[in-house]
Amino acid sequence: MTANKINWLKYSSPATFYPLAGRLAPWFFVAAALLVVAGIYVGFFVAPTDAQQGEAYRIIFIHVASAWLSMFLYIIMAFWAGIGLAFNTRLSSMMASAVAPTGALMTFIALWTGALWGKPMWGAWWVWDARLTSELILLFLYLGFLSLQAAIDDARRADKAGAVIALVGVVNVPIIYFSVKWWNTLHQGASVSLTRSPSMAATMLIGMLLMALGFWMYSIAATLLRVRCIILERERNSEWVGQLQELRQ
Amino acid sequence: MNWGSVSAFLAMGGYGGFVWGSYAVTAVCIVLEITLLAARHRRLRRELRGG
Repeated sequence: MTANKINWLKYSSPATFYPLAGRLAPWFFVAAALLVVAGIYVGFFVAPTDAQQGEAYRIIFIHVASAWLSMFLYIIMAFWAGIGLAFNTRLSSMMASAVAPTGALMTFIALWTGALWGKPMWGAWWVWDARLTSELILLFLYLGFLSLQAAIDDARRADKAGAVIALVGVVNVPIIYFSVKWWNTLHQGASVSLTRSPSMAATMLIGMLLMALGFWMYSIAATLLRVRCIILERERNSEWVGQLQELRQ
Repeated sequence: MNWGSVSAFLAMGGYGGFVWGSYAVTAVCIVLEITLLAARHRRLRRELRGG
């Protein structure tokens, strides 16, 4: 039994994770591309026109996917940052730093597509309602984490300071998620929830889920590429980097 | 099939600017992120090879 078990802890070392991340990333990119192409196909050619919003609702396929990922990636970032803080494991902190820019990008995309959807539907690019404001705070939390880390020269101290921001900021994620329930927002309520059946056509839902999965796979791929860069930057003086085959040609 | 013609597809029922503005900016962001990451890794490899 124990003989076939993979020693997962082995991959918590940058030296073993670096080549693994390099082997995995292309597969996540392929999965992301296939899912996004399928999602766009379903979203534009299978899903019907919305009765109230006409064709403008088709923004939903990237808006919801990026908004979900913006919250989910924040939790992942805070998780790795917390593990790094608690157990002083280098790779965990590097993972947190690697997730952050992609999380910030997803937050920006959610806000951007939200503005382009809000204008034709509400008549305003932006309103200060609870959902939009808390999502904007999420962007600032990502940017705060990144700029704080960039401002501290010592990588381990930067990890610790970043972890504090990341962990404190986690409180904002449930605020975003439940904002449409807790406050009277212009932003509509959840179209998909775990407790009741979705309030949308099945094909719309399938398109949305395909896009969300595609964005998820993309985020993993981008994070893996970035963590490889971070590993090389931080471990450049170590022996295993010097022995890397890809640097020897 | 929702669209009778290419121009109907591009027009998006009058919301073309909003729909395509969303998709185009998202695509640019993703392409940019990947390009920057690939360039960062290439630069690192070059530096490390140079010693």
